Amino acid sequence: MAFREIEARIVVTGIHPFKAIRAAFPFAACLALTACATTPSPANHAAPEPRPSPGYGVDPYPSTYQRYPGVPTLVTNVTIYDGEGGRIDRGSLLFADGKIVQVGQQIVPPAGATVIDGTGKWVTPGIIDVHSHLGASAAPRIQALSDHNEETSPATANVWVEHSVWPQDPGFGRALTNGGVTTLQILPGSANLIGGRSVVLKNVYARTIGAMKFPDAPYGLKMACGENPKRVYGARGREPSTRMGEVAADRATWVKAVEYKRKWDKYAKDGGEPPARDIALDTLAGVLAGNILVHTHCYRADEMANFISMSAEFGYHVTAFHHAVEAYKIADLLKTNGICAAVWADWYTFKMESYDGIPENLALLQKEGACAIIHSDDKNAIQRLNQEVAKAQTAGRVIGLDIPDEVAWEWLSINPARALGIADRTGSLKPGKMADVVLWNGNPLSVYTRPEKVWIDGALLYDANDPKLRPVSDFELGQPGERDAK
Amino acid sequence: MRLWLIAVAALLSQAASAETTAIVGGTVAIGDGSAPIPDGTVVFTDGRIVAAGRNVAVPAGAKVIDARGKWVAAGIVAAFSNLGLADVDGVGESNDGSAAKSPFSAAIDIAPAINPHSAVLNNERLRGVTSALVSPSASGSIFAGQGAVISLGVEPNPVMRPRAFQYVELGEYGAELAGGSRPAAFAMLHEALAQAQDYRRNPAVFDGRGKDSLIKRPDARALLAVLDGKTPLFVHVERASDILSVLALKADYPRLKLTLVGAGEGWMVAPQIAAAHVPVIAAALADLPEAFERVAATQSNVGRMAQAGVAPLAISTINADPGANQSNLKQYAGNLVAITRVAGYTGLDWGRAFAAITSGPAAVVGMDGEIGSLRPGRRADLVIWTGDPLELSSVPLAVIIHGRPQPAYSRQTKLRDRYITPREQSLPKAYQR
Repeated sequence: MAFREIEARIVVTGIHPFKAIRAAFPFAACLALTACATTPSPANHAAPEPRPSPGYGVDPYPSTYQRYPGVPTLVTNVTIYDGEGGRIDRGSLLFADGKIVQVGQQIVPPAGATVIDGTGKWVTPGIIDVHSHLGASAAPRIQALSDHNEETSPATANVWVEHSVWPQDPGFGRALTNGGVTTLQILPGSANLIGGRSVVLKNVYARTIGAMKFPDAPYGLKMACGENPKRVYGARGREPSTRMGEVAADRATWVKAVEYKRKWDKYAKDGGEPPARDIALDTLAGVLAGNILVHTHCYRADEMANFISMSAEFGYHVTAFHHAVEAYKIADLLKTNGICAAVWADWYTFKMESYDGIPENLALLQKEGACAIIHSDDKNAIQRLNQEVAKAQTAGRVIGLDIPDEVAWEWLSINPARALGIADRTGSLKPGKMADVVLWNGNPLSVYTRPEKVWIDGALLYDANDPKLRPVSDFELGQPGERDAK
Repeated sequence: MRLWLIAVAALLSQAASAETTAIVGGTVAIGDGSAPIPDGTVVFTDGRIVAAGRNVAVPAGAKVIDARGKWVAAGIVAAFSNLGLADVDGVGESNDGSAAKSPFSAAIDIAPAINPHSAVLNNERLRGVTSALVSPSASGSIFAGQGAVISLGVEPNPVMRPRAFQYVELGEYGAELAGGSRPAAFAMLHEALAQAQDYRRNPAVFDGRGKDSLIKRPDARALLAVLDGKTPLFVHVERASDILSVLALKADYPRLKLTLVGAGEGWMVAPQIAAAHVPVIAAALADLPEAFERVAATQSNVGRMAQAGVAPLAISTINADPGANQSNLKQYAGNLVAITRVAGYTGLDWGRAFAAITSGPAAVVGMDGEIGSLRPGRRADLVIWTGDPLELSSVPLAVIIHGRPQPAYSRQTKLRDRYITPREQSLPKAYQR
């Protein structure tokens, strides 16, 4: 089913996109449905009042993130990749009050602005990593901090990974200072067919996960196909132990979800006794309603195709395949279906399903016009996603696909922002968007370049030349090497 | 570019191995720690380097390859890998790295298991890796067994040196293998070495075949070679205090030839490592406290050890990329140069960074007279690159191993060519090649 048809279904059922629901029912008390339900007057034959939506329509754990203070900042004479394929040489970027103000050639600085000479340097939007387990599978890698796989049942749509994310993971700081990563999606692992809700974070250290959450970002649902779930559960003699078992188990789950949503939609329309609440089915119904975005770990071309068919069977859209090592084999199908592929530059052959990985994956996706995204899935690779993009761009050049730097940068910026449903707010240097900015000490597609300054919502949160602006998580405080540049 | 490649391939294949070839005009990276040499010349004959550098005379009658605008560099030596031992790491049948249920440990000799036809090996060769140190992994014991040094070239016997080193785990993983603690790992180490000496004193009564013995007779023989300093002992350790404990083994076993692998906190005890003249194969860029034994990890680790005089020094993909991606070593080396431009870091200059992936690994295993650089007499293992090999925009144009050009395709390039256009044409994809 094409995405447009799904949108039509959302309108017909009266369940509006996520933000509209929050606007209509801003009070968390509405979660206790008996407190908010209204009964139409028996004599009133007009359409009943819309009822509070089921759990997926209300956010019980909203973001409490507040941007840090910044100063109006103008970077001049700098090369700009704007994140949407635009490039300005010897340009200027002005941001203030947390937002991009202007991007152009010559900009007059407002009074009191900090002016930074960007000669020989580059400025880009902050990098967005759509696939990370930072915090949920934290450093140090010990059992006590391994919380990304609720490996007790193959389908755990009930869990939300944000409840596993440890905000003191040193990995967040590395991603910021070495990698220029300003926004990241933390996902449950891939042991399960359905791993649970993901969370989008601002890469800003906080005491609570709520204070890291990207405000009003849609939730995601992690799913997985392929070797991992069948290896984990097959070893215990449970379904799934085969790929066919995986699809069967998924379909059975979606059948339940469709039924759950049908009951809630009926209640919303007709009133009466509200159906019993199930937090796992809340999340799945949210997917069916188009509010929650599906991110699926899947390597093989044929399995991705099966997954697309299943999504059509039940009426939901797959937002992105992750890892998608064989995406190049079906780049045309991904384009037609409007599905992004979030991939590595060159990892291969560590599992059978990655045996056919090639370094031209991203370039071939770009060639077909599919939504191409680089991702890390790794606390080390997240520190050099710009370099991974450079490798992928090079592989394309070898076969005659000359992807300009500023276009390749889309794999790090606007494309992941779209996949996370936040492209209206970040992911490119456009006036009015969040000032999530990286100043690089050279061309960020060179191995010799590192971030010099990183701002998030216009607050300077890393300065390579100021040791006081280098974050140290609680874990690393008081440890040998605490003061080191890492 | 394509015409140049065809011409080069023709020239190289015409040259019988006894003939002399000269590559002129390129920027030459010898791999010995020196800076790159613009407009240099590399001469090789009969599979061996004659000379490389500035003002090198081109012998009369040599086949000449014009490398102007390109770089000619020593081939990458993977300092610590499983190349040739596994087709797919996760497929146990294809992976000969470890044998948890084997009664043998130190005796394990991976040389007969090296598969030169492995697609992985061919992929990595095409991307600039010309030789590798290949190690088994430990599973039932702290001793993993004996690794080898292999050529990635298409040649009858890829193993250049079998039983090149013994690999042992003595950090957190060693503790786990020994039953749950570092003291237990050291107890196992000392007892295994003691039993090896018992075996030497009186082989006939050695109880190596008893089911409760710590080591078997073949293990004892392998460990004697370690005790006698004939086989280097590569020790995986990360923590500063563990490194000191390992260095102290020399007091008990004076002829031990130690090498440290990992050494994430090596910077904290770099003067001691240098004073002990112990080589290090470091994780190149490990900068996270991924274990309690690496709490002080920093990207400055390798640079600080180099500054303190630790040598030989090599970098590896340990604690980073999947094992197959050895060609990414050039990216790690480039990163160590990158941090020299950022305040507060200690990195490596270009020449030393490149040496950390070429002559450094060779020297660690005592083979720098044979491989790892374009110094005279070494094997002609070299790569012609489109540009600076450490830069991400550079790719190999030609790979020469033992003086012979290597195939210009791999399984990966064939998959790429088949799917440049994903759609079927007049026949199914399976017919397209």
